[in-house]
Amino acid sequence: MSFVSVKNVFQTYGTRPIIERVNVEVEEGEFISIVGASGCGKSTFLRLLLAQERPTRGEISIAGAPPAREPGLDRGIVFQRYSVFPHMSIRDNIVAGESFRRGWGRFWGAERKAAQARADETLARIGLDHVADQYPATLSGGMQQRLAIGQALVARPRVLLLDEPFGALDPGTRIAMHDFLTDLRAETGMTVFMVTHDLEEAFKLGDRVLVFDKPRWDPQDPNLNGATITYDFDARNGGIPFQTLKEETHVLEEH
Amino acid sequence: MRLINITPGRALTAFLVLLPFALVLIAYAIGSDIRLTANPSDKLLPALSTIGDTMVRLTTEGDRRTGDILFWVDTWASLKRLGIGIGISAALGLLFGLAIGLLPLVRSTLKQFVAVLSMIPPLALLPILFIVFGLGELSKVVLIVVGTLPFIIRDLSQRTIEIPQELLVKAQTLGASTWVIAIRVALPQIMPRLIQAVRLSLGPAWLFLIAAEAIASDAGLGYRIFLVRRYLAMDVILTYVIWITLLPFLIGWGLRYAARRFFPWAEEGL
Repeated sequence: MSFVSVKNVFQTYGTRPIIERVNVEVEEGEFISIVGASGCGKSTFLRLLLAQERPTRGEISIAGAPPAREPGLDRGIVFQRYSVFPHMSIRDNIVAGESFRRGWGRFWGAERKAAQARADETLARIGLDHVADQYPATLSGGMQQRLAIGQALVARPRVLLLDEPFGALDPGTRIAMHDFLTDLRAETGMTVFMVTHDLEEAFKLGDRVLVFDKPRWDPQDPNLNGATITYDFDARNGGIPFQTLKEETHVLEEH
Repeated sequence: MRLINITPGRALTAFLVLLPFALVLIAYAIGSDIRLTANPSDKLLPALSTIGDTMVRLTTEGDRRTGDILFWVDTWASLKRLGIGIGISAALGLLFGLAIGLLPLVRSTLKQFVAVLSMIPPLALLPILFIVFGLGELSKVVLIVVGTLPFIIRDLSQRTIEIPQELLVKAQTLGASTWVIAIRVALPQIMPRLIQAVRLSLGPAWLFLIAAEAIASDAGLGYRIFLVRRYLAMDVILTYVIWITLLPFLIGWGLRYAARRFFPWAEEGL
């Protein structure tokens, strides 16, 4: 059984089907990019993965656990906006990743000192240590998203979900964030689902690219049918698979 | 240049701010002067100097019988009632506002109920309060609570609902329970709003306080005004009115300062 298993999932709002017959199996450590036109159920699919909504039919299970009924520690999320807590300092935002699971949502005494020290290490790694005492509103968009990703990772989720995380960033910042995310992933080996509008980004970062689209389209009633996964590309090696030699020839090493 | 683009400089701003106050004072002084030249013992518009003398007398000289300075006794009595009433309103409003905003079960139960309750004119309940709670402090405090609580609850529950859903989901993915979300995410985010709501409630709260004191009391700013009305002591009444205007202004200013000081992250709306 694969790590994330999506079996025959349908989601309907009222009488309007959003997604239908979605089946996909994902191995641990894979980076899945999800693309598709607006209103094709990408974000709905992500909310289902997050267990923010429950599917009308079918089920999603992660690491063999029974389908979740609400968001929890096993799934991390970064939204396009509003992903960090505006009333906490940058450092406290990182500490929250560890302390929110506690009864009072905070650490006390020596434990608090230790958590803050760990947070400072994390901040140094994501390049935000110089602003640890400021509030998120003072950060640029790219820095806020770095903080959001750092905060999500501190909680050590099994799966990281990204909902258009770089959608609001300028092109230069976006490329810096790609490198940041690639490095973090190499470090953690995390399973990632990322919804994006940017095809280039999807193929650059993803191991697989899932395309959501409506397979049938009724010209009289465009909302009659829901979307599903219409393509499942192998995006490794720049989207051109089968370029690696299966055999080791050792020709050059002889010389 | 268009009128909407003309902005006053600093000196002009200061002048314009003071202008209406000065105009009112001048108009009063002229009116009082006209009446006093016609009839030196006129009581309706005492001269500004008379009011000044009265102010000094009220704030410094003790009562001939008890030796207490009634002005400060009244101020203390009124502020105590106001503080207790608003304090209870703020605490209950915070509790119910959070519960209604965060918990769909409580929202379904109470939201419409509070909306209907807030339509009851509190002053219409005053006789009932006097009958049920007696003529002492309790009925006055309860009137302030009844008068300001529904507004605070509705305001805070609305603000809680307006907290971006993303933040609540994010907190859940960090393992937060409902309780932790309430005290660590929702509560700090609506605290600045609570201060704002209290500031806006100060006006109605004074109204209810003075109404209650006017009807049945033995001390308090409202009581004193309605007492000296019998003697047409306009100088005393005006002194008290100025004081009653100044107090909420100072309290509101203090609350705004506190909000800026304690919630620096909430830039807008303070």
